[in-house]
Amino acid sequence: MTLEFRVAIRQAIIEEMERDESVVFFGEDVAAEQGGVFAVTPGIQDRFGRERVFDTPISELALSGAAFGAAVAGLRPIVEIMFGDFMGLAMDSLVNQSAKYWYISNEQRSVPLVVRSAVGGGGRFGAMHSQTHATWFQGIPGLKIVFPSSPAEAKGLLKGAIRDDNPVIFLEHKRLYSVKGQPPAAGLDVLPLGRARIARRGTDLTIVSAGKGVPDALEAAEQLAGEGVDAEVIDLRTLRPLDLGTVLESVARTNRVLAVEEGPRTGGWASGLLGQIAEHGLHDLDDAWLLATDELPIPYSPALEDAFIPGAGAIAAAVRERAGIAVGS
Amino acid sequence: MTSGPAGTAVSTEAPAAYLDRYGRMLLIRVFETEMQRLFLKGEVHGTTHLCAGQEAVPVGVCSALEPGDWLAGTYRGHGHALAKGTNPDALIAEMLGRATGVCGGRAGSMNVIDVEHGLVGCFGIVGGSIAAATGAALAAKREGRVAVAMFGDGATNQGYFHECLNFAKVFSLPAVFVCENNFYGEFTPMASVTAGGDIAARAGVFAIPARTVDGNDVWAVREAALEAVGRARSGGGPTLLECHTYRHYGHSKSDPAPYRPPEEVERWRARDPLTIARTRLLEEGISEADLVEVEDATRARMDRAVEAALSAAYPDPKADAGTEFAP
Repeated sequence: MTLEFRVAIRQAIIEEMERDESVVFFGEDVAAEQGGVFAVTPGIQDRFGRERVFDTPISELALSGAAFGAAVAGLRPIVEIMFGDFMGLAMDSLVNQSAKYWYISNEQRSVPLVVRSAVGGGGRFGAMHSQTHATWFQGIPGLKIVFPSSPAEAKGLLKGAIRDDNPVIFLEHKRLYSVKGQPPAAGLDVLPLGRARIARRGTDLTIVSAGKGVPDALEAAEQLAGEGVDAEVIDLRTLRPLDLGTVLESVARTNRVLAVEEGPRTGGWASGLLGQIAEHGLHDLDDAWLLATDELPIPYSPALEDAFIPGAGAIAAAVRERAGIAVGS
Repeated sequence: MTSGPAGTAVSTEAPAAYLDRYGRMLLIRVFETEMQRLFLKGEVHGTTHLCAGQEAVPVGVCSALEPGDWLAGTYRGHGHALAKGTNPDALIAEMLGRATGVCGGRAGSMNVIDVEHGLVGCFGIVGGSIAAATGAALAAKREGRVAVAMFGDGATNQGYFHECLNFAKVFSLPAVFVCENNFYGEFTPMASVTAGGDIAARAGVFAIPARTVDGNDVWAVREAALEAVGRARSGGGPTLLECHTYRHYGHSKSDPAPYRPPEEVERWRARDPLTIARTRLLEEGISEADLVEVEDATRARMDRAVEAALSAAYPDPKADAGTEFAP
């Protein structure tokens, strides 16, 4: 039996709400019959009632602020900010309130909340409904950022995020919602945050990515395998904190690393990761580069958007070009 | 407390209860005076936003709360913390950046947090307290508790104010929104940047009950707060209280407040909340000797707090390693 990504998210919310009375869930249209614009959460309000699951006004600052205050006062809120692009409106509360609270309170209390959002391009949604907002939060101490790559990973990581005592930004790539895959293996239905996984073993180079970048990298690796290049693929799972150890261990074996990020080259996790690899693993390194998006807003036209986003073909091409492999040779 | 006409709460307390409140207001005043002195001595760092002149608002509001209720304050928050029950020893030590501070020296003047005493926190961003209390009210609703937001007139032009009042009303949250209107947002007169000029009236569009209160009269503040807190606790939803008050100092350490007309300052100083309370307590039969006893005890309390804080250790930077996340 396979599990659809959006159903995996739904199951994680339901299971954690059943497990813990303090978990509440609110956002824009999440309780409505359709269960949000991506049909992720239908039926959850019927199951848990209006006190624990409710639709809010279109009011992202109030939403994130209410989640913060509620978390301090004893609840464990899951909130949905419909599109990650709307996070600018929620930012003050997340950055200045939730992220800082544990430290500046001298560890009096943590802020256990999860902010779920649909992110990513490829849906022809244009510049204000296609961003991956992790970049904006990459430099904020106290925040965790999670970006699952498959249905099983989504379920395990969301359950892990809900149980985590820190504020977590949870990214759901909108082109993964309809993906079907194996449900979590026994014992892996709750994944702790901050640990990367090796999604494919290989010997010639390491491709590091997260979210939809992982299935894209795996597809590229299959293409490359037919051309004699054996790529290892690392699924970071958590963009903050980064599991540098897993990456360094891989690079020590492959000596080459490509970081693939659906986001601008400047200021994202990929450039930060390459910097850390250089700092801690330079002696293992023969080559390191990144594949990211141009420094432009995400365009609308399919002709522009498809060229803009680094998909499987672009990843494979980037490896061939760097390695001097001529296709068909 | 009994229920008066039209559901309003009426205090039947003896004046002695107000003697304690006078003492708490005086503690805040003495605290702020010490802050000013210690800042000039270089013991307090960065900046401070003193609330001298505004003491009746937090003391009146907190007198209507129970220990399990929540309060969210502002960067002008020393009075908010002290009124909610924060230990003055721990608060002054925080100002001096010491390990014994209420936040171990990590927070400083603008960001004090004291969960044990129900202080969600004080927020350095204008309007942040409004969201913090709205969220706390969401949790408090389950437990029959109440959450109060303190904020200034400047915050009523922030998205936080409009979004959270709407949010709190829609979900009938047990929240009380207390605006300390001191008529200046930083250096700018409230009237020149606040459309309509009537903050209490802004509640009307949300169908939230509101009152304009003499914020320098602790009796008036308490009566209004009792009504609002009672409404919140009984499921009646949020209330907005606009408390008119005035700060004796400028906005912050860098501001001598030259923009305020001297006659305006004099008019408000004549309505000092401590003078108003002292005069009324004498009229109601509290003796001069009782007042002096409270005053002496309060000053001695603060002297001890300052002395202890000045001799306390600074926090150890090495102890910060690995503290980014809760385990």
